[in-house]
Amino acid sequence: MADLKRQIIAQLNLKDLKPEDIGDDQPLFVEGLGLDSIDALELIVLLQQEYKIKLASAEEGQSVFRSVRTMAQYIMEHQPKTV
Amino acid sequence: MYIKAAAGISPQVSFEQILQSPASYSGNRLNCAEPDYTKLIDARMIRRMSRIIKMGVAAAKDCLQQGDVHDPGAIITGTAYGCLADTELFLSKMIENKEELLTPTAFIQSTHNTVGAQIALMLKCHNYNNTFVHRGFSFEGAMLDAITLLKENAVENILVGGVDEITDTSHELLSRFGLYKQHPGANINLYEGTSKGTIAGEGAAFFLLFNQPSGNGYAKLDGMDTLYKPSSSGEVAGFIHDFLERHNTRAEDIDLLISGENGDAHNDKGYKELKKQLFVNVATQSFKHLCGEYPTATAFALWLAANIIKTGKIPAHSKMKAPKKILIYNHYLTIHHSLYLLSAC
Amino acid sequence: MTKPVSIAGVGVISAIGNNVQENLAALEQGKAGMTKMEYLSSAHKEKLPVAEVKMDNIALAALAGMPAYISRTALLSAIAAKEALQNAGIQSLRGLRSGFISANTVGGMDKTEDFFADFLNDSGKGRLRNLVHHECGAATELVADMLGIKNYVSTISTACSSSANAVFFAARLIKQNILDIAIAGGTDSLTKFTLNGFNTLMILDQQYCQPFDENRRGLNLGEGAGYVVLVSDKVAKALTQAPVCALSGYCNANDAYHQTASSPGGTGSYLAMKGALAQSGLKPADIDYINLHGTGTQNNDIAEGTAIKLLFEGKYPKMSSTKSFTGHTLGASGGIEAVFSVLALQHGLIYPNLRFETQMKGLPFAPETVFRKGEKIHHVLSNSFGFGGNCSSLIFSKLQA
Repeated sequence: MADLKRQIIAQLNLKDLKPEDIGDDQPLFVEGLGLDSIDALELIVLLQQEYKIKLASAEEGQSVFRSVRTMAQYIMEHQPKTV
Repeated sequence: MYIKAAAGISPQVSFEQILQSPASYSGNRLNCAEPDYTKLIDARMIRRMSRIIKMGVAAAKDCLQQGDVHDPGAIITGTAYGCLADTELFLSKMIENKEELLTPTAFIQSTHNTVGAQIALMLKCHNYNNTFVHRGFSFEGAMLDAITLLKENAVENILVGGVDEITDTSHELLSRFGLYKQHPGANINLYEGTSKGTIAGEGAAFFLLFNQPSGNGYAKLDGMDTLYKPSSSGEVAGFIHDFLERHNTRAEDIDLLISGENGDAHNDKGYKELKKQLFVNVATQSFKHLCGEYPTATAFALWLAANIIKTGKIPAHSKMKAPKKILIYNHYLTIHHSLYLLSAC
Repeated sequence: MTKPVSIAGVGVISAIGNNVQENLAALEQGKAGMTKMEYLSSAHKEKLPVAEVKMDNIALAALAGMPAYISRTALLSAIAAKEALQNAGIQSLRGLRSGFISANTVGGMDKTEDFFADFLNDSGKGRLRNLVHHECGAATELVADMLGIKNYVSTISTACSSSANAVFFAARLIKQNILDIAIAGGTDSLTKFTLNGFNTLMILDQQYCQPFDENRRGLNLGEGAGYVVLVSDKVAKALTQAPVCALSGYCNANDAYHQTASSPGGTGSYLAMKGALAQSGLKPADIDYINLHGTGTQNNDIAEGTAIKLLFEGKYPKMSSTKSFTGHTLGASGGIEAVFSVLALQHGLIYPNLRFETQMKGLPFAPETVFRKGEKIHHVLSNSFGFGGNCSSLIFSKLQA
């Protein structure tokens, strides 16, 4: 999950944050890390680029990107086995 | 119309620095002396901002703080090139990735109205918001919108500014068009010699305009006008003559002419002729050695003029008494001619 | 309340026609302009339908009387602006203080894309001719020069609300006696840059868009140009034909909520419509037709709909989104829709909102689905909202006899 946090920080240009600043279960959006709809779209591309996972719609992202843990779980479940 | 506050980010740190000893540059590119943005802009907003957006938003914030205004009646921005860095980033990625795996941030920050929009977002300001993008008239468009909106009596005050950035790519491309000197000397000596080209500049300058004087402002803006693609130097002289007449001003009433020569012999010919024709005994102050040449450089000139009137000090004429009336005359690439008349208030 | 400014004529080119007559015919026949991509070259050709003007640049250049190498944005602009002047019955601008105020969002980006592909390979490469008209203002100047307009040229860019701002700015310059006549509106051609940009936002519909429908999936991009000719009272009296209507109200407000998303309550849209009504001295019940911004995205349509619900509570005017015909033409949309609004007043028309099926849940009204002629229409409201929270509304009214 530390790798994933590093990727999130890089993708979203969260310069002031270190991976350990983001809790595994901390909400990423609004009241948590304060991310917004544009960040969700950035994360969709991150999944595609780094893990070859394609989300069907922006709405699907809402549940996937609840926290770093939900994201990691989704990646484990959906990553193509051949990679 | 009154300029209550003026703030600028330019290749010069401050007006005081210009008075004492202007920053010197030796290349053909003058980059802004940028402040510590974290003092002016919220960290959450800053992470997506490219340089031009930071410069614009910070200058606007500084201006509003000076004028103690929290909810301006309108926010109007002029920018010729818009957000170049974000545009290039998205364009390059799009071509390199063959239109796949693109992210939205650079695209949404690339639209020309981003600076004005981010200022509104920072202030939670729901009022009038407009952006002008017309080459050497970008800032003049914003100013005319502001002046006519104030005349319509729709609002009490307006935040208006001009902003443009240089990027490595834009500098390289504009160099291919032959705009800049190949062997520039020091910026201080910009107007000496006869070599072709000028030096590139950039900047952000914002102003608070009020209908009524407020006591501690900078200057009164008597008028502004533009002339597009004049067919002769006579037409330019006529344009200036008519402008002064409309404002009941004679050439000899002007204490200081701020003029926009940029060191390119062909470009500067018109300024020389005009001075001989209309402003023989008028003291002049050039400004492009301070800020470089760019389409919204008149915003820097207005900031300079406002500061000169407020302090009574002229960088080029340290012994002269405080000027009461200043005329700014600039043209961008001989196409876009603009005039501003200011007086002490 | 301020004095209305007369509108003497209109000109338009869009995916549904190359002039006013062709656009009117397509609106009446319910013929949408979206098709498979034919003129724009993009990797998304098979997936994303677009509403293109059905001519290549060579044909457009011939129609515009301009060289074919310049930006498609300028060519579209020239064709519509020329028609607007003719439509107003103006043969000569001699002796008039004339202005051309045009909006666009990406200037000559269609050509810059070609340039950049070569430039990225080798920084010494790329034809400068493809870059020289990159700036937004360049398209405006090419057309102003062609039309012989010199007194005032300006370009506005506030994303999708751009050309609505151009129209009221022109009106203000006429009211304040700075200009006698102004051609105002906007233009945008399709580009890979904007297509891919909107694609990253995941708001492009892979089918034909369904604005204001509960099951809407997003927008289709389009291209075109639309202009109105605004004239002073003095010029209006001297014209051989009476002005067709007037711009009676306008307002620009900002949503100040998010760089791209609209606030759920449509604050900016509400303020823009309310301000335009106040300026025209009209009550909400006076509006006979609303030409919606209606892009077809989830976010825009509910925000705009919620604002309309709040402002028009009780008596909802007829309304429709003509983007169901033309696609979303970005910087041109406010101009094209201003033209459609003027034509609605002039000919008593209500346009259908194509492909509408299911009323949106949270809204007590639905858009019109059939073309109507011979309606009594006195006041039309046209909405244009954009990125950066930029919201503008215009009100066009019949001239008082």
